[in-house]
Amino acid sequence: MNSLALKILAKHAGLKRLEPGDLVYARVDKVMVNDVTGPVALKVLRETGAEKLVGAKKVEIYAVLDHYSPAHNWDAANAHIELRKFSKQHRCVFFDVGLGIAHQLLVEGIVKPGELIVGADSHTITYGALAAFATGIGSSEAAYVMATGELWFKVPEPLYIRLTGKFKPSVASKDLALHLLGEMGPEGALYCSVEFFGEGLRSLDLSDRLTVANMMVEAGAKTAIFPYDNETETWLLSYGVKPDRKWRELKLESNIEANMEVNLSDIEPLISEPPMPTRVRHVADLEGTIVDQVFVGSCTNGRYKDILILARLLKGKKVKTRLIVIPASMRILKRIAYEGILSILVEAGAIVGVPGCGPCFGAHMGVLGDYEVMVSTANRNFPGRAGPPSAKVYLASPYTAAATAITGTITDPRPLIKSL
Amino acid sequence: MRVKGYALLVGDNIDTDTIIPARYLHKSDPEWLGKHVFEDTPEIRSRLLSLPKPIAIIAGKGFGYGSSREHAVIALKAIGVSLIIARSFHRIFYRNAINNGLPVIEANLTGLKNGDLVEADLENGMILVGNNVVFKFKPMPKQLLEILKHGGLKYFLKKLASEELGK
Repeated sequence: MNSLALKILAKHAGLKRLEPGDLVYARVDKVMVNDVTGPVALKVLRETGAEKLVGAKKVEIYAVLDHYSPAHNWDAANAHIELRKFSKQHRCVFFDVGLGIAHQLLVEGIVKPGELIVGADSHTITYGALAAFATGIGSSEAAYVMATGELWFKVPEPLYIRLTGKFKPSVASKDLALHLLGEMGPEGALYCSVEFFGEGLRSLDLSDRLTVANMMVEAGAKTAIFPYDNETETWLLSYGVKPDRKWRELKLESNIEANMEVNLSDIEPLISEPPMPTRVRHVADLEGTIVDQVFVGSCTNGRYKDILILARLLKGKKVKTRLIVIPASMRILKRIAYEGILSILVEAGAIVGVPGCGPCFGAHMGVLGDYEVMVSTANRNFPGRAGPPSAKVYLASPYTAAATAITGTITDPRPLIKSL
Repeated sequence: MRVKGYALLVGDNIDTDTIIPARYLHKSDPEWLGKHVFEDTPEIRSRLLSLPKPIAIIAGKGFGYGSSREHAVIALKAIGVSLIIARSFHRIFYRNAINNGLPVIEANLTGLKNGDLVEADLENGMILVGNNVVFKFKPMPKQLLEILKHGGLKYFLKKLASEELGK
């Protein structure tokens, strides 16, 4: 049993071995709900009388107000009131509006390697970057986990990806994520545990890995896991987490057979066009497309590193599109403020928003109008996702997003960056 | 457990944003969600509204792609969907459907027309149109069938809560 997903799941199910396809009940370490899915979970707890069971089991409960951050209407504000009250009553770990996206907050020193984490949000899969088994669930199940501390899982089939080589300049881990999605299609990893190994991992820091793990759900993956290594340790230490020696065992053998191999030096700037994330093209093929708005943010690419890339390219320039920048957490916002990055963005004409999901979720903070075009660093571009069905969302890396904001049209970042 | 519905044919990769757009998720009551189901896809919506109820959605690959929103299942149930048969499902949607007592079956059905009366026998793994068995499938594991039979996960939470009360 080589798969990290199987090892972690077996441990939490109290079993020595398990096989893909088995149905098991496993103990859950952490469960997360947000302001869209949380209210439905609370309703289930109320209607069944199971609210009184919350807190009886060891599972840690996280409630994050990130999708309507801050509230855009009365209903959202009332949902926030309800979650605040619930969190206080049941001693949940609570993150109020403006503190950030769950998938950033939980990797800032909360999620530990080897844990089993579920969240009522499909991008919960992101935490796999920290060698954890993390997967998205629904609201009723989140309620069930809060009350019982466990959940049923179908044991996933592992899908091993070997990474070799190094990225070329102006190519980011987002391009790797898009490359994998283009190869796999919307069902290429359905019910699978996508697991990464190989010497190419050395050029992916934790921020890069979070981006890749995050988007594997767009190919249907149940979980996406990176092994524990020095990069993981560096990240955890920077958030004050003391490494545990047994986390070192969370790695794959180097001689396993890969289902896919990617040489990072072959990856070029890529972009996903509507109607779905797996519709991937070379940025160069879409160059010249007029763009109304660029969005840099989200649980995919709203991290410090992403915003730093953007600021480096924007320094001293003025943007030709609307540019919305939303840091994924308050910690990131503070850091870019202290380091002067914020003023570079604002001087270039960026609109900087409150940490949260922003327009990615399509509720507020920069949704599009009819026939508008957005280049976004987020993860989804279904028709109607962030504007009317006629609006178009293209998904790209922070390099491509920055180059596009500078020129006003979809732009391959490589020539532009060379000329700087 | 047998479930019937009038066929509504849809294509591949129907995502949960398409089923229920994000701008309606700030409320979760079934009536509200049902009112806005498939709102940005008028072609599906108009067929759905014109069919007699209950409805059996017959889909291609990857039904329920994307967001984990349980609102998608609540919305479909509210509008009268009793059964979904797809070549494949995305996993969170599949779980949400079972947890809300909405039967979901993986099958590649061909040759059906909109409005055909489809019946599924979940324990015996059969799909019937008229009185003819048109597809056989491996019944889902017992534990999941139990959840479906009891109308979803709420039954089990209620049971746990009342057991706790009895202690």
